[in-house]
Amino acid sequence: MNQDIRRGLLEKIADLHDVPAGAYNIRENGESVRQNTEEITIETKTDKPGINIIVKSGTKNRSVHIPVLITKTGLTEMVYNDFIIGDDCDVLIVAGCGIHNTGDEASAHDGVHSFEIGKNSHVRYIEKHYGEGNGSGERIMNPEMTAHLAEGASMEIESVQIGGIDSTNRKTVITAEEKCEVLLSERLMTDGHQDVVSDTEIILNGADSKARINSRSVAKGNSTQLFYPKLTGNADCFGHVQCDSIIMDDAKIRSIPEICANCVDARLVHEAAIGKIAGDQILKLMTLGLTAEEAEEKILNGLLK
Amino acid sequence: MLRLQNVTFTVPQNEKGGKNTILDDVTLDIEDGSYVVVTGPNGGGKTTLAKVIMGLVKPDSGRIFLDGMDISSLDVTARSEAGISYGFQQPPRFKGITVRDLLSIAAKRKLKKEDACHLLTKVGLCATEYINREVDTSLSGGEVKRIEIATVLARAETSKVLIFDEPEAGIDLWSFHRLTKTFRELHEESNCTIIIISHQERIISQADEVLLIADGKLSLRGKPEDILPSIDDVEEKPCMVEMDK
Ligand SMILES: Nc1ncnc2c1ncn2[C@@H]1O[C@H](COP(=O)(O)OP(=O)(O)OP(=O)(O)O)[C@@H](O)[C@H]1O
Ligand SMILES: [Mg+2]
Repeated sequence: MNQDIRRGLLEKIADLHDVPAGAYNIRENGESVRQNTEEITIETKTDKPGINIIVKSGTKNRSVHIPVLITKTGLTEMVYNDFIIGDDCDVLIVAGCGIHNTGDEASAHDGVHSFEIGKNSHVRYIEKHYGEGNGSGERIMNPEMTAHLAEGASMEIESVQIGGIDSTNRKTVITAEEKCEVLLSERLMTDGHQDVVSDTEIILNGADSKARINSRSVAKGNSTQLFYPKLTGNADCFGHVQCDSIIMDDAKIRSIPEICANCVDARLVHEAAIGKIAGDQILKLMTLGLTAEEAEEKILNGLLK
Repeated sequence: MLRLQNVTFTVPQNEKGGKNTILDDVTLDIEDGSYVVVTGPNGGGKTTLAKVIMGLVKPDSGRIFLDGMDISSLDVTARSEAGISYGFQQPPRFKGITVRDLLSIAAKRKLKKEDACHLLTKVGLCATEYINREVDTSLSGGEVKRIEIATVLARAETSKVLIFDEPEAGIDLWSFHRLTKTFRELHEESNCTIIIISHQERIISQADEVLLIADGKLSLRGKPEDILPSIDDVEEKPCMVEMDK
């Protein structure tokens, strides 16, 4: 793989400038390079493509990087990654996928991620998707994620897709037991003829659990976005869904938040807003000396920050 | 000197045509470094006048000069560069942009924490609580308004004309007190021309000069002590709505 392209992709999807510290598994065109540590073991699955990432109980302040890079046109892969996180852990997991497609055949990565998070563990999971290359071949990513949080566990998910992916169908289901906290933030920007479907469900089964879904997006060109964020409360819990989208050009956005309470003590709220950039926002920034284009960029970057 | 020459602004009255005159052939000069308060009845045209100066509203006719240069054809950005600043009567909010980001944009440099704090103190905000907050709907009306004023203050060093549109609106007594002091200091310490649109006697009384705008016209100008008593004389306008029979 061309080293410049490799470096560029790694920086975009994992903020990596070098080999990461700690455990990692870098998958390039289907081949993996990896490093295990005392506390974190990564092993290849024997029954299907993919890896198991096993984090020992009590592992604190450690990170795992598992970026996926594709530069071959026509490469399509389906990968299963299982994360087994012990009790009382505090770990950062940086996933993400970069596709550089200069050919005319579609390149696709479909990742199926499943998490089992032990009691009182905290996981921060960052997933960035990025595509580039001037070929006519499509860049496709269909990530699927399921997670189960044991009592007292918490998970922060940051999913970012701000350029170059032609088609995405994302599905996420998270189930949480007592005293859990789930924070899911999604940042999305689409342009041209890109299409995204994002289907997210968080199910709060245990008392004293909290969940927030915060989705912010910008749709430009002829792109389309479809959101189905759903929160289900089956116990004394709190949940909040917030979706904010800026629509531009000839784009189309549908946002269908759902809250579902199956317990009298569940408190669930949803808010969804779609609108173009307000004219007075642009004008205000112009009075501070920005051009109309710079003002627009500031506003979009702010929203997607 | 800021000069407006025969500025007229109209809006269409209804689908059938006809025009409403919002600014009616306004001509006025404002001396460099002066502290001027623009007052007058609601709907009189004060905000429109400020927007015309900033370039936010394009007049039908008339010209605007800043230090002899005709700025009539400059857009908002260019007028900002030329040295005009305007604090909105109803400031917009920005999701994802922090108070410090916004002040940094205004100051045209990444503001150090102390600098941002200094600006916020001038508008009576406790800086440490605010600089990292987003300028979104979570801020109260009075908070947003004071941050808006701070964005104009951040430009004082590089601006020639600072226009504040009803800075007192929605602001508590304590912050208002701080604000009047800020305006006085600004007047003493900077060379900027300060134009404040206000309905507050306290602010009016500390001005060098007061302009009364009513019905789209400059109807009176003079020293605060001469203008304030005459406000009682402004005639009440009868309601012009025609009732359905
Ligand atoms: N774009 C517009 N379209 C229609 N009417 C307008 C427009 N802009 C201003 N007006 C009208 O022009 C008049 C003057 O408005 P302006 O906002 O300048 O008043 P003001 O003196 O600032 O009032 P206030 O003290 O309430 O702030 C008002 O009657 C307003 O309704
Ligand atoms: Mg006004």
